[in-house]
Amino acid sequence: MKPSVSTKIWDRDNECMPREQLEILQLERLQQTLERVNNHVPCYKNKFSALQISSKDVQSLDDLSKLPFTTKEDLRLNYPYGMFAVPMRDVVRIHSSSGTTGKPTVVGYTRNDLNTWTQLAARFMTAAGVTPDDIVHIAFGYGLFTGAFGLHYGAEEIGASVIPISSGNTDKQIMIMQDYLSSALVCTPSYALTLADRMEKQGIDPHRLSLKVGLFGGEPWSEAMRCEIEKRLGVVATDNYGLSEVMGPGIAGECQYQCGMHIFEDHFIAEIIDPETGEVLPSGSVGELVLTSITKEAFPIIRYRTRDITRLDYGPCACGRTHVRMMKTMGRSDDMLIIKGVNVFPTQIEEVLFQVEGCEPHYQLIVERSGTMDTLEVQVEVNERIFFDEMRKQRAFVDKLEKRLLSVLGVGAKVKLVEPSTIIRHEGKAKRVIDKRNS
Amino acid sequence: MTVEQISVFIENKSGRLAEVTQALGDNGINIRTLSLADTSDFGILRLIVDKTDLAKDVLKKHGFTVSKTTVVAVEVPDHPAGLASILKILDTGKVNVEYMYAFVERCGGNAVIIFRFDDHKTAIDTLLKNKVNVLQGERVYNM
Repeated sequence: MKPSVSTKIWDRDNECMPREQLEILQLERLQQTLERVNNHVPCYKNKFSALQISSKDVQSLDDLSKLPFTTKEDLRLNYPYGMFAVPMRDVVRIHSSSGTTGKPTVVGYTRNDLNTWTQLAARFMTAAGVTPDDIVHIAFGYGLFTGAFGLHYGAEEIGASVIPISSGNTDKQIMIMQDYLSSALVCTPSYALTLADRMEKQGIDPHRLSLKVGLFGGEPWSEAMRCEIEKRLGVVATDNYGLSEVMGPGIAGECQYQCGMHIFEDHFIAEIIDPETGEVLPSGSVGELVLTSITKEAFPIIRYRTRDITRLDYGPCACGRTHVRMMKTMGRSDDMLIIKGVNVFPTQIEEVLFQVEGCEPHYQLIVERSGTMDTLEVQVEVNERIFFDEMRKQRAFVDKLEKRLLSVLGVGAKVKLVEPSTIIRHEGKAKRVIDKRNS
Repeated sequence: MTVEQISVFIENKSGRLAEVTQALGDNGINIRTLSLADTSDFGILRLIVDKTDLAKDVLKKHGFTVSKTTVVAVEVPDHPAGLASILKILDTGKVNVEYMYAFVERCGGNAVIIFRFDDHKTAIDTLLKNKVNVLQGERVYNM
């Protein structure tokens, strides 16, 4: 049974502000932010003067498109503190990315920034249904990663009880969920399924736990995966969005209507661009999300290319919030695979695997090039539900998957069944793609 | 009148069959007969053993995907056209054979063939009506 949905709005004045008024506030805050970065961050000052733009040239929100983008590369070049807009004595917290692809990126927060972060996390957690009566089980890793702390502050602000269990040790997580009566689960969606797998293996019925709501983030996930998690864990599975370069979780979150995540526009301005040309796309287009922070003190960021592919919907929402909704991210513009000239996102493949009955998302994509031809292989782990004793049925299953993949992706993929536990499990983010074309 | 068989999913890579048979051997399980159906990527190993449930548990613990299926063991005269006569009987009963393989041991001068039918009940009825001997599971596990 699904618990009743949340209708409470944490900060009604700001979350339901009429758009006209909201845009006036945005412009005012944008101008202040530009003034500050121009004065205090050499990287922005140099970029603006190279284009002969000053903060005075931004007289409307449309003028934002005149400004240069900020990329992850800019953050690396200014490693570690070059992008900070306040002296270190005003910085009370430092977070950073994992740095698996080079130098990490470093972000800072002032006392006010932490307060803002706390408030915004409380907004989306309230929208997801978290109340002071909840016991919030935070299975994101505590450390330099922003995920755990953001939700930790939000939950405490709401008045819920926080279990800061952190990531890893799945058996212990399950024991604590049972014994401490965790009612809200915070983790990546793939870890939620890992938990469900382990409980099933141990003969524990997740529906008998106290869990009622899940707040999942940190990686893209499909609607089909939402259904799977809801069915197997017996929770309402909600999505939220954030990235450490902009603030961490608390940039956007779903309301009870689950029709996209409201971006907290009194603190961030969102744009959608063509990832190839950098041009701003018309309202309603699918493209790369670009975010500008307009209230941050320590680490303001102007037109940051998130690499996340999504679509914005400015239509009114039944919940009463006026803030724009971003659809579930469809993938990363740098995860996007171009196979035989066709754009392919790993999430599309995940969707197909879910639709074909009983097939769990333990899969990996192998892209290779033989001669001048790209080949895509989808490795799927066999489990009892998709193992047939008769070769005819087993082949038919593979054929069905291949046909569905071809019709959804528009490019052929070979499906290879592999033995269980062949694909390496991750307790955090999953590595789904192995591209051997450039090695 | 049926026999229990276990089927195991095996990837086509070296050492997997050895691992299955070693795991069974280590647990004192004796393989009565087996067959392997394969494609270029994977195979389905079908086994009849003396302790079916134990074998299933052991292989699952070793990380294999295993299922238990039902097959029929049929005595077939060991002379030219012996198998043909049995298949003809099955054909008259409109029974389809999904797959079949031979048993290692003989049963009183006759060969033993393991069949997987689309409809076991009809198959067994048809065979018995035509005086063909169908072996009990217990008999097969301990042959």
